Amino acid sequence: MTEPFLIGESMTGGYGRGADILHDCTIAVNPGEIAVIVGPNGAGKSTAMKAVFGMLNIHKGSVRLDGEDITHLSPQDRVAKGMAFVPQTSNIFTSLTVEENLEMGAFLRRDDIRVTMEQIFDLFPILRDKRKQAAGELSGGQRQQVAVGRALMTQPKVLMLDEPTAGVSPIVMDELFDRIIEVARTGISILMVEQNARQALEIADRGYVLVQGANRFTDTGAALLANADVRKSFLGG
Amino acid sequence: MIDLLNALVVLSNYVLIPALAYGSQLALGALGVTLIYGILRFSNFAHGDTMAFGAMVTILVTWLFQGWGISLGPLPTALLAIPFGIAATAALLLTTDRLVYRFYRQQKAAPVILVIVSMGVMFVMNGLVRFIIGPNDQRFSDGERFIISAREFKKLTGLSEGLAFKTTQGITIVTAVIVVVALFWFLNRTRTGKSMRAFSDNEDLALLSGINPDRVVMVTWLIVAGLAATAGALYGLDKSFKPFIYLQLLLPIFAAAVVGGLGNPVGAIAGGFVIAFSEVLITYPLKKVLGYLLPDRLEPDTLVQLLSTDYKFAVSFTILIIVLLFRPTGLFKGKSV
Repeated sequence: MTEPFLIGESMTGGYGRGADILHDCTIAVNPGEIAVIVGPNGAGKSTAMKAVFGMLNIHKGSVRLDGEDITHLSPQDRVAKGMAFVPQTSNIFTSLTVEENLEMGAFLRRDDIRVTMEQIFDLFPILRDKRKQAAGELSGGQRQQVAVGRALMTQPKVLMLDEPTAGVSPIVMDELFDRIIEVARTGISILMVEQNARQALEIADRGYVLVQGANRFTDTGAALLANADVRKSFLGG
Repeated sequence: MIDLLNALVVLSNYVLIPALAYGSQLALGALGVTLIYGILRFSNFAHGDTMAFGAMVTILVTWLFQGWGISLGPLPTALLAIPFGIAATAALLLTTDRLVYRFYRQQKAAPVILVIVSMGVMFVMNGLVRFIIGPNDQRFSDGERFIISAREFKKLTGLSEGLAFKTTQGITIVTAVIVVVALFWFLNRTRTGKSMRAFSDNEDLALLSGINPDRVVMVTWLIVAGLAATAGALYGLDKSFKPFIYLQLLLPIFAAAVVGGLGNPVGAIAGGFVIAFSEVLITYPLKKVLGYLLPDRLEPDTLVQLLSTDYKFAVSFTILIIVLLFRPTGLFKGKSV
């Protein structure tokens, strides 16, 4: 099997000097794919993603992007390498306008960002109408769109989303998932953590079910949905 | 009708114009405090003495220029010297940051520790200023004293009350307007300015966006140096320069920043004027104004001075407490203290 585009392999570690949260956990994603991390509360889903992004210390295992070992790079350096991260909370600049949020997303770029901004406005048309409005005044779903848009402004190769649908209505959630599929079709790898396991696995090319910081099941999204054990334990039958 | 005009002139002469000039000085000072609070996330108690330092360098350079016979004609020579004051203050602040604040930033010290640290810096700066220029009053204004003097005004209008508009007051107001416009243009229109607002808004996300924190911090200190030196020099020009006065100025400046909403530049300006107008209005004897406005029978016998000028700082304190009790985030949305 060829090496995936982005892989966090056998990661073991935790926050600061605290106890280990992840145990030999492996997460990987390929270009154009959607990988979803699901699992019960406290399973270390977000932690696994943060480990891939360099936000905690892993003392065993490694993270490789396109064959390059990035285990010891800071999150900022990983952004420069083409990884973008949308945190679960505080993921927008509330006092800045929508347009300024997008501009800040492209801070590292020195070329013309207007084309990318137009692409994002095409992806999320509502943002075009609200471009001059402070992002903090938008609804929950619109804020998430700003957050994803900001991350996409760097033209990343990998987009990492920490519970993008937390706190939004089911309709908005479907809408967001549709947009995420659209983003994946452009060839961007998507790695996301989701609370709404069933819907997330439906759109997932790869699914990771984590329990207590370790991989329990790993398969395609469809296969996991069909797996009786996964259904019984994690999807409520 | 004439009475009304006279009342208005008296009020302008003793309250409105002085408060406008004082408010401009406070606003510039409060802008510096609020920027540091928003971006470096601590209340900088050394700000008053930073202003004193900027003013001191401006004075020294002014004296040098006066010695060389350089002048601006009707305008005070100090205007030419302010850029030197700003440069020296920038050097002082960057050095302080390098030697002191950076260490605590890397330790991720709590804001309250940084406040105490800034107090230490305050004492050092205060000592430095007194060591160099001495603790006494210094005068350094020259050029025309008045844009319009009370006597000219009376002759011009035929009113019995005079209105004096000092050159320094005019310069203070004009300079403040220019500085504020430039600052807002910078914060809202330039890439670096926007990155500063983003950093102030959400530091973690700013880092994720690739905004360089060291650069943001450096630019912040440079802007604060500009604001502090300008505010300090204008205050010294308008009143007189005395190192300890700047220590006392800290209270109204902080009150202005908090009243407006810490971290909010618009709030700092509004707060500056709220504090200045309240302070001047409450400590000014209104007898004369009321004398013109009220019918003879109701003319007050007392001075109608609500508070002696000795207690003017109580005004800032009171406003500060009222705002903190009822609107902790300030008049404009700022961060709560």
